[in-house]
Amino acid sequence: MLAATDIFTASFTWLIDDWGKLDTWIVITGALAAMACAIPGSFLVLRRQSMMGDALTHTVLPGIVAAFLLSHYLKTTGWISTDPADPHKAFDATSYTFMFGGALLTGVLTAILTEWVSRRGGVENSAALGVVYTSMFAVGLLTIRLAADSVHIDPDCVLYGNLESVWGGSDQVPRAAWVSGGCLVFNIAMAGCFFKELRISTFDPALATTLGINATLIDYALMGVTAATAVAAFESVGNILVIAMLIVPAATAHLLTDRLWVMLLLAAIIAASTAAIGHVMALSLPPVLMAPFAEQPLLSGVPIDSLDASTSGMMAAAAGGLFVAALFLAPRHGVLVRIGHRFRLSIRISAEDLLGTLYRQDETSRDIPLQTGRRTFAQRYATWRLRRQRLILHSSGQLELTAAGRHAARKLIRAHRLWESYMARHFDVPADHLHETAHKVEHYLDPELRDQLAHELDTPDTDPHGREIPDD
Amino acid sequence: MSPVRPTATVVRPVIFRHRWLALALPFALAMPSVLLAAPGPSGHDHPVPSQVTTGTSGTSLSDNRFRWPGWNKISDTLLMRQYNTRIVLLGSILLGIGAGTVGTFMLLRKRSLVGDVVSHASLPGIAMAFLAIELAYPGKGRSLPVLLFGALLAGLLGVLCTIGIRRFSRIKEDTALAIVLSVFFGIGIALFTIIQKLPTGQVAGLQQFIYGQTASMTSADVGLIGLASILVIAVSAALFKEFGLLCFDEEFGRSHGWPTTWLDLVLMALVVCIAITGLQSVGMLLVVAMLIIPPAAARFWTDRLGSMTVIAAVLGGLSAWLGGVVSSLFARFSAGAVIVLAGTLFFLVSLAFGTRRGLLPRGLRQWSNNRRIGRHDLLRTLYEMLEPRLESSEPDSSDDPLADIHFASDEVLSRRSWTRSRLSRLLDRATRDGLLQAVESGWRLTASGAAEARLVARNHRLWETYLILHADIAPNHVDRDADLIEHVLEPDLVSQLLETVSARYPQMQMPPSPHPLEPGT
Repeated sequence: MLAATDIFTASFTWLIDDWGKLDTWIVITGALAAMACAIPGSFLVLRRQSMMGDALTHTVLPGIVAAFLLSHYLKTTGWISTDPADPHKAFDATSYTFMFGGALLTGVLTAILTEWVSRRGGVENSAALGVVYTSMFAVGLLTIRLAADSVHIDPDCVLYGNLESVWGGSDQVPRAAWVSGGCLVFNIAMAGCFFKELRISTFDPALATTLGINATLIDYALMGVTAATAVAAFESVGNILVIAMLIVPAATAHLLTDRLWVMLLLAAIIAASTAAIGHVMALSLPPVLMAPFAEQPLLSGVPIDSLDASTSGMMAAAAGGLFVAALFLAPRHGVLVRIGHRFRLSIRISAEDLLGTLYRQDETSRDIPLQTGRRTFAQRYATWRLRRQRLILHSSGQLELTAAGRHAARKLIRAHRLWESYMARHFDVPADHLHETAHKVEHYLDPELRDQLAHELDTPDTDPHGREIPDD
Repeated sequence: MSPVRPTATVVRPVIFRHRWLALALPFALAMPSVLLAAPGPSGHDHPVPSQVTTGTSGTSLSDNRFRWPGWNKISDTLLMRQYNTRIVLLGSILLGIGAGTVGTFMLLRKRSLVGDVVSHASLPGIAMAFLAIELAYPGKGRSLPVLLFGALLAGLLGVLCTIGIRRFSRIKEDTALAIVLSVFFGIGIALFTIIQKLPTGQVAGLQQFIYGQTASMTSADVGLIGLASILVIAVSAALFKEFGLLCFDEEFGRSHGWPTTWLDLVLMALVVCIAITGLQSVGMLLVVAMLIIPPAAARFWTDRLGSMTVIAAVLGGLSAWLGGVVSSLFARFSAGAVIVLAGTLFFLVSLAFGTRRGLLPRGLRQWSNNRRIGRHDLLRTLYEMLEPRLESSEPDSSDDPLADIHFASDEVLSRRSWTRSRLSRLLDRATRDGLLQAVESGWRLTASGAAEARLVARNHRLWETYLILHADIAPNHVDRDADLIEHVLEPDLVSQLLETVSARYPQMQMPPSPHPLEPGT
């Protein structure tokens, strides 16, 4: 393990000059915490309970405080022994046990309370969540203040995390890495063991219930695990930024795939890379951004290279960046892909419409006005492309079909008129209403469907308007 | 095709008649705020630190003992003798009122958590505004209006991002909210850590945007909050009908040509305004709570939008007052958290006692309903049981022959699947209501009991006959349907039914049962 971190460190040294072991441990701890969060987070995203993640990261506060108070009380009364080497150590195994227990309980309690307020009180769900979590957080804050002499919890640390102080400098694996890693293993084991149950209750709770799976129990268990994960992670990434690690990688993965296990895997990979990118950004971005202002009095006396930002903040920013990238570039659900798809479709429809119009013009030897008003970009592009494909010709100020163009146009006209005949036969539509529908459907009838239509209509020669239906 | 703009011919629903009243409200609020925000008699220009607690990040915890406040302190606080107390109370009350007002619309639009997102998303705006001013005018970075302007822009950008993500991807609303909240907040934290490393960036003044420093509120802060609250109330009053439309039927509004998207944005801008001004004085938690809890509590008391808005504003102001008073009485209670818990208290009270939707009134209504249904069931059973004996009975001295027939309780039991204890409960209750009378051989109906029994049985049979005639339901299936409906038939509906059915049973006050009445059916 330690040798591996040396290799890791070496591979980053070319990127940032003074990359040290501390940086490596920061990335590893951050990555473990983020991956641990990504697993329950994926289920939250799919179950549309993302804001529950936000609420849970707040409501664990009273649970932690209560756990601390309890373990403190038990230690002072001597029920459990303290670490003989350091009796005032805040974080030992007992505290951790109590803390996770408290977090689990408050997670479940949040879910139950929200459910109760929203169902019995008839309060809308997100409002119920808001009422419950702000109240519980307020209780936690008050308790911290009231019990300040027995508990030493720094709200700043709870809220922002302090990834930078994760490693003490000894040759040991840092404690936060152990905790986050343990949580990650636990989450993987839980997701693996109850994969089927989780999947069914996520996508179809009613089906899960009929199959004898207790969807409510799974819901509460998920909330408990999420809360415990939040506690494990907040030491490193901070309480409020836990929600970034819960939701953003999972949402990014959701944009990239439609399969649950792929989504979990992708979310974990994205989460891990978020940690690396985030730390590199935290080290390298501030000097780059502030460099133009180096002469300003604002930066006087501050060496520009010494500026760095909080890694957990930058991890959230990096996760956001990856999300935006996926939003635009995702292979199936990305914005760019859909825009491209739509554009290609509009080009095809414009081209086919032009071919159809020219065909009808030849047929009736009448000038049909091609297009009144301004032509769209898609129409102009379609004309250009048809000419390049030698389907139409531009001669003496007129567009004309070539032989190949005529062949292509026949298919379209055939589809159009077959559909008109079909509509006339099977639907009670007046003759002057047939064209509109056929004009839309004609672009989507493939040869097979055209043949099927012709067969069904006993291979008609003319459409309901009396015009000839061309052969393919 | 452009949407048709609403014209004078479109009937606009009159939701709120006394619009001028609502417009007058902000001015009524503004007057005391001007008076109270004036420096106290001792002439403090700046608030002095007093026994009002510091915020959550306060460090002066030398006095650790819990202490009950003395009478002087209580009266000082309640009468707002201290300048500081006055400022803090006034600021939080104004914020509570404003947040309650705009929160009502957000609650009804099921967007309660937008306030949460806005307050988190404003952080990078504050940091960027600070950096920008420091670069342009060194040393002036802590100018509050500019910081708030930055926060406003970032908050609005956050809202637009959620709308964009929801619109252009498969990501659902809740996830979009969570993404914007966390990513913006992360960027904000990253910027703050950079600022902290700068020589001028001793961010004590900026840190308070996260927790808020309720206790160190200044009269300028109160003025700003007051301004935001007045703006919120004025815009809500002016656009009350439009916001109501947005809350209840956005599609309808759009189909009538209302600019719903713009209205939505105006509403969001109001939320951003109130959240941002509240942020720097009372902190994120309190802003979020103030936007959600009072409206959610108000919902229990009324079904009308106008009264709900007013109640939410009042509850917001009340919980701010209560929380402010308690936190200034007890040295270690931080104001933000106590105000939230005061709001929670009001929420719980409303949840229990709210007249429209509260658990207790609803339970009471259900209980009295069940009692009424039990009485109806008993009376109808008695009528059906005694009806065949009417012809054979001798007309007695009393007016109603039905009241002369005596019966035993066992006869009733044979016709209903009631337990003996339930029957005796029903009989006792009916006796207490003056509908029944115990006689030596059992029971008999009183005159009023007989009248009501006739009424119930008639309603039942009218509905049965109606079902048979018009809903084409077989006679042996109508009894159960009629059993459900007979308890809620209004008198004018009964007369309508009578009209409809009288075609078949002319001149009959009491139609015969359309199906055989046998014991146990």
